[in-house]
Amino acid sequence: MAIIHLTKDGFDKAVSNGISMVDFWASWCGPCKMLSPVMEDLAGKYEGRALVGKVNVDDEPDLARRFGVMSIPTVVFLKDGKEFDRKVGVMPPAAYTTVLDANL
Amino acid sequence: MYDAAVIGGGPAGLSAAVQLRARGKSVLVVSGDSRDNPLYKTQRIDNYLGFYNVTGGELLERFRAHARQMGVEEKEGRVLNIMPMNGTFYLSIGSELEQVRAVVLATGVARAAKYPGEGEHLGAGVSYCATCDGMLYRGKEVAVVGLAADAPREANWLKEIGCKVTYVSPNPPDGLRPDIPAIKAGKVEVLGGQTVEGLRAGSTTLPCEGVFILRPSVAPAELLPGLELEGNYIRVDRNMAASIPGVFAAGDCTGLPLQVSKAVGEGQVAGHRAAEYLEQLK
Repeated sequence: MAIIHLTKDGFDKAVSNGISMVDFWASWCGPCKMLSPVMEDLAGKYEGRALVGKVNVDDEPDLARRFGVMSIPTVVFLKDGKEFDRKVGVMPPAAYTTVLDANL
Repeated sequence: MYDAAVIGGGPAGLSAAVQLRARGKSVLVVSGDSRDNPLYKTQRIDNYLGFYNVTGGELLERFRAHARQMGVEEKEGRVLNIMPMNGTFYLSIGSELEQVRAVVLATGVARAAKYPGEGEHLGAGVSYCATCDGMLYRGKEVAVVGLAADAPREANWLKEIGCKVTYVSPNPPDGLRPDIPAIKAGKVEVLGGQTVEGLRAGSTTLPCEGVFILRPSVAPAELLPGLELEGNYIRVDRNMAASIPGVFAAGDCTGLPLQVSKAVGEGQVAGHRAAEYLEQLK
C-alpha cells in the first residue's frame, strides 16, 4: 500500500480505525525529504496493519494547527483516531517501527 | 549522488576532499559562511610548514583554490541531519537533500553547551532550521538567536514570510533589516511549559512562540544520532574512522591540538581511508 495523502476532509475517516502513522511535512524542508523514503518503506512493510499517511502542512494548515505541529517533520501516531505518541524531527526507521510494533 | 560528503570547509575538510579527489572519488564539501571559520579570523600563523607569517584568511583561500582545482564541489549551507540508510547516507542541508556513500565530519571545535530550556523545547517551539519551520510561525512572534554569520539573512527571510521577528545576538548583526528589532545579549534562556512562551535575553523577556537558534554548525552527535564521543570530541581510531561505518572525522572536531597542520594531516588520513572504504563497497 502506498502512502496516503491526507487532507482536512478525509482525515478523520481515514484514521478512525486501528493504528495510523501520519507524517506532517512540506516541500521546503530538507529533513522531511529525508524521511520520505523511510515512510514509503514502512507503508509497504505495514500494509494491511497500519495506515501510513502524509499531511502537507502548506496545503493543510488547519490540520497542522489542530495537531499543534511546531516543527517538521513531525510524525503523529493515532489509535482509533486518537493521538497516543509523536516523534519530532528525523529519526532512524527503528524509532517509528518500535512505536508501531508495541501497539499492533 | 556523490561518493563522499565532507561536512566543513576548513583545513581538515578540504584536505580530506583533496585526498578523495586524488583517489578519483566525487566529493561535495558542505560548509557554512566562511566568516564563521576560526581560521578565517586568525591574524597570523607561524607554525604551518612552508608558510611563515601568513594570515588565516590567505591560507584558507589557498586551500579552497587547491580543492577547486582538484574538482571538489562546494555547497554553502548548514547540515541539519545525516541518516544512514541501506549502505548510503542521506544529508539534509537546509531545504535540500543529498545522498552519499561516505561522510567525513570536519565540523570544527564542538560548540558550547545548549541554552537553558533549549533541549526541552526542541520541536516544541525551538528550531534550528528557519527554512524548515518558518512557515509554521507566520503571523507569530519569534526570536532569532543569531550566532552564525548568515543568521541575519535567515531572520530577514522569516520577516519577509510574515513572522514577527526579534533578533538576539552577542554581537551587532551585519545585514539585518532595519525594521527588525535587535537585542544584544550573550545569555539567553528559553521559557515555557509544554511549548515555548518566551525568551529571556539578558535582562529582557520577549514573549514569543518560536525560537530559532542559528549556530554556525549543528553538533556532530545531533547530526548523526549514535555517534560516539569522547568528552566534547568525536571518537576516532588511527584511521580517523568514527564509530559508525563509513563515517570519518578530522580536525578540531576530533580533539586537541587545534592547529592547521594537525587538521590537514588528519584530513589526509580521513580522505584516504574514506576512499578505501568506498572501494571495498563495490
